Amino acid sequence: MADSNNGRRVDLPFLDTTLPFDLAVSRRDMLKIGGAMSLAAFIAACGGSATPAGGTVTMGSNHSDAAEKRGMDAIAAAFKSSTGNTLKLNTVDHNTFQDQISSYLQGTPDDVFTWFSGHRMRFFADKGLATPIDDVWDKVKGNYTEAFSTAVKGNDGHVYGIPVDYYPWAVFYRKSVFQAHSYKVPTSWDDLIKLCQQMKKDGLTPIALGDKDGWPAQGTFDIINLRLNGYDFHIELLTGKQKWTDPRVTATYKKWAELTPYYPSGFAGTTWQQGADTVVQKKAGMIVFGLFLSQEFSGPGDLDDLDFFPFPDLGTQYDAEKALDAPIDVVMMSKKSPNLSKDLSAAKSFLEFYAKGSSQLLLFKNAPGFIPTATDTDKSSFSPLQTKAAQIISNAKRITQFFDRDSRPDFAGANGMQSFLLTFLRQPQADPTQLQGKMQQFWDQLPQEA
Amino acid sequence: MGNSTTAAPARKQEASGAGAAASRGRKRYSVLTGVDKWQLFLMVGIPLALDLILIWGPTVASVFISFTNWNGYGQITAANVNGIKNYQVLFTQYLFFWPAVRHNLIWLAFFGLVATPLGMLLAVLLDREIRGTRIYQSIFFLPVVLSLAVVGFIWELQYAPTEGFINNFFPLNRTGHMIDWLGDPNINLLAVLVAASWRHVGYIMVLYLAGLKSVDPALREAAAIDGATERQIFFRIVFPVLAPINVIIVVVTAIESLRAFDIAYIINHGKNGLELLSTLITNNSISEASLVGFGSAIAVVLLLISLVPIVIYLSRVMRPERS
Amino acid sequence: MTVALPGGIVSAPLSPRRVLLHGFLIAMCGLWLFPLAWAVYSSLRPFSETIHSGSVSLPGTLDLSNYITVWNDAELPYYYLNTLVVVIPGVALALILASVIAFAVTQFSWRFNLIVLMLFTAGNLLPPQVIIIPLYWLYLHTPIPSLGSIDIGTFSFAIFSDNDLLYDQYIGIILIHVVFQTGFCTFVLSNYMKTISRELTESALVDGANVFHIWWRVILPLCRPALAALATLEFTWMYNDFFWALILMFHGDKRPITSALNNMQGQFFTNYNMLAAGAVLAAIPPILVFILLQKQFVRGLTLGATKG
Repeated sequence: MADSNNGRRVDLPFLDTTLPFDLAVSRRDMLKIGGAMSLAAFIAACGGSATPAGGTVTMGSNHSDAAEKRGMDAIAAAFKSSTGNTLKLNTVDHNTFQDQISSYLQGTPDDVFTWFSGHRMRFFADKGLATPIDDVWDKVKGNYTEAFSTAVKGNDGHVYGIPVDYYPWAVFYRKSVFQAHSYKVPTSWDDLIKLCQQMKKDGLTPIALGDKDGWPAQGTFDIINLRLNGYDFHIELLTGKQKWTDPRVTATYKKWAELTPYYPSGFAGTTWQQGADTVVQKKAGMIVFGLFLSQEFSGPGDLDDLDFFPFPDLGTQYDAEKALDAPIDVVMMSKKSPNLSKDLSAAKSFLEFYAKGSSQLLLFKNAPGFIPTATDTDKSSFSPLQTKAAQIISNAKRITQFFDRDSRPDFAGANGMQSFLLTFLRQPQADPTQLQGKMQQFWDQLPQEA
Repeated sequence: MGNSTTAAPARKQEASGAGAAASRGRKRYSVLTGVDKWQLFLMVGIPLALDLILIWGPTVASVFISFTNWNGYGQITAANVNGIKNYQVLFTQYLFFWPAVRHNLIWLAFFGLVATPLGMLLAVLLDREIRGTRIYQSIFFLPVVLSLAVVGFIWELQYAPTEGFINNFFPLNRTGHMIDWLGDPNINLLAVLVAASWRHVGYIMVLYLAGLKSVDPALREAAAIDGATERQIFFRIVFPVLAPINVIIVVVTAIESLRAFDIAYIINHGKNGLELLSTLITNNSISEASLVGFGSAIAVVLLLISLVPIVIYLSRVMRPERS
Repeated sequence: MTVALPGGIVSAPLSPRRVLLHGFLIAMCGLWLFPLAWAVYSSLRPFSETIHSGSVSLPGTLDLSNYITVWNDAELPYYYLNTLVVVIPGVALALILASVIAFAVTQFSWRFNLIVLMLFTAGNLLPPQVIIIPLYWLYLHTPIPSLGSIDIGTFSFAIFSDNDLLYDQYIGIILIHVVFQTGFCTFVLSNYMKTISRELTESALVDGANVFHIWWRVILPLCRPALAALATLEFTWMYNDFFWALILMFHGDKRPITSALNNMQGQFFTNYNMLAAGAVLAAIPPILVFILLQKQFVRGLTLGATKG
């Protein structure tokens, strides 16, 4: 699977006899051959000849989870039987894919690749590392609601991504736990706090959290800031048009501090999976997270027991926006793939194929956290949970992509906002203004975005 | 050590060849043919070229890139040069730099004051003729063969807040009383240092044992006969004799402290109390952040600090031998 | 302490101080072995049991189910294979290059002997992060021919390259290992070869042997003990490398086992029992090498630190 290109393979008759795998070769010969091979490799400064096999599309995929991988394999199989073209998947684990995306796109990337809409998609479009696909979008846009049309565009107005799935962030819980204690779904902030108090009395951790990786807490910041200060302020704040020292941000942190007593201790040393597992095990009552946490609900009956409610209203004018994080995953076309310089048609045929509901369902069936985006998706196979998830997104008047997709990566990352939020969560009752000053100072020392 | 040929018959010294070699009292070989010279040239030249291209070239390039605002896209041009701006930001504004420096220094201090002395102590204790010394040595040395990434995993099983051994054994896993060994920025560095020391102690022990073995037993015997106590023998006689190995151990400790990366990275990518210069370099430049020029400035700081122990080491081990 | 002078009587009578010393050492050994023992113990327990009775509890079931799950789900065999593909040529090449340089600088007088030796030794002491940024760029811009691949199961080991670059290639990881570790090996081997009289080389030259032959036939055989020690040590170091493959490999499934661990937590090691199984599996090869070749290991280390 490491070999990204069948067509590039060359048959060298001597390989069978000289490779170190052949035990007949003496030790000395092996050493000689090894030395000669690596030297030759170093000296040879000529590019290999790449001839793409007709009708093959390569795809860089960050769906590295076993279930998601199965889903992507199903898509590849369906693509083959539907168009005759081959989809060759190069799966890279999620974290590495993100860390090394820029070098990947600057090197010899695959033809198409999975990525995120929002600032992060526009960034690579601006850098000239993505191919505009307006013609593909024109063919498939009838299959998307209007809301997606802005999400797929770069700063230059061209289309750079085909939306393939999305998922809401909300408050997840187990129905059976709520039933056993006769809890009611809270719709206001006060209800939420009261529910937390009750859960604490009942010996539950009210709100699970596992923030070792730094980004899970950003989801809670997003939703409180959206409810309290509105979509426009939130987006302007994340893109530097508002100051982190703004009293409205102070208000967000103070509000959040009312919730933090209900977090588990040890959240900074546990991963989100471990945090979600405490909900699975009925040790914790709720968790603010994305729908993809459903992958942790893998035991028998677990998934049917999972439910969620949208983050409660805070009694501000912005409640009506019903805004929430609902990140859209897209598939983009790279610029520097050697195959694309010869022929774009196979890659485009794949994008068109993936824009169909029937294709997107193949991933969804294996990884129920990723809701198809296409309008023609057969929703009869949706579980009540998934139907509800699609519903709260369509009810939302404003949709954000998530903190680290709406802001610049050097601000949102590990040595940046992730650290600041961990600092806040350690002493949430302290005056946040000093920390806000640090956030602004950090933003100010970042270089101007090109 | 094995094969030294001790007998030194008259050297075939031929009156040819010139240059620096002659001044060392050794003459060049006139018997070298052209083919020999070519072979020698390639034998040294190819590895040397690789070393220069892949190690020293990048070292120098890091210094140059650190004076630019390059973000890793496309070529560096004159327009990218921004003088000492990166260093200014680094020293005066960047919030994670001084914490990282402090953490590296704490690392050095902990290794230097706790782990290394413990390793030396074990070496001194095990250097005596005691029963089972080999077994003791093997056990202390065992963690040295593991990578720090695996060490990180093994110790996560000790430190994990709810399921780890420590919090469960000493009932510290209840909400409100929990110690978050890896998540609390006040203690996680210490927790990581204990884990890293688990490996470092054995390393130092082996190095020091080798040094102790080289001390002439007659020295100690003489001192013992003179009525010196064991402690006196060690501090007055053995320790001074071992000055060269002491320096090497100090240097090894310093270099290991500056190289620390794996364990912090595997635990939380070097944040929340585990910032280190090494993790700041990769988090800033080989990530979506793509602050390549800025990351290079951090690399240069790490380079300059590292050069201190490296130069000390080289001056110790490379002293030209005069026989 | 009674009589036990070095070189004196082997077993001293058990004085109270001796007992104290052994007590201390045994306690330390217990402390030292505990984390590893705990990892093994956790790895043998099913997650459900840990949840039910707490992680510090007596065992109900002990079995290999975590190992089986990790082995299959995380496709561990392939990561071991990746390690072998990198480490075997890596160790061999590092030893060859180092022995060649050590031979040239110890058996002949060059103007730049010391500088060459210093460049190699110092290069090995640099923190890898100092050079990673330009090296990363270099890897992304060095063209390498793609010459097909050797396929084993579903895995494919590219010959030289499968993307025409040094980046994301086994050969790239091998190369940086070789160059980095050649520094250490050169230092050790040159210390070793200094003890070999130049007479040998000189007389062989007079007898008409060429330089290459002298290195291969005369000097290398004499260095066998040092080479064996270094091979053991370098195997372990390259096996244990986390950083190079983490940064210079893009595809996670091409990474050697140690670097691959980074992405397995959370993804495949979904609970601490599986994490324990993964850690133990990753630790087994170097521990086996250590148990079988402990002497070589220690000698390699001490050859490097002390002179000669």
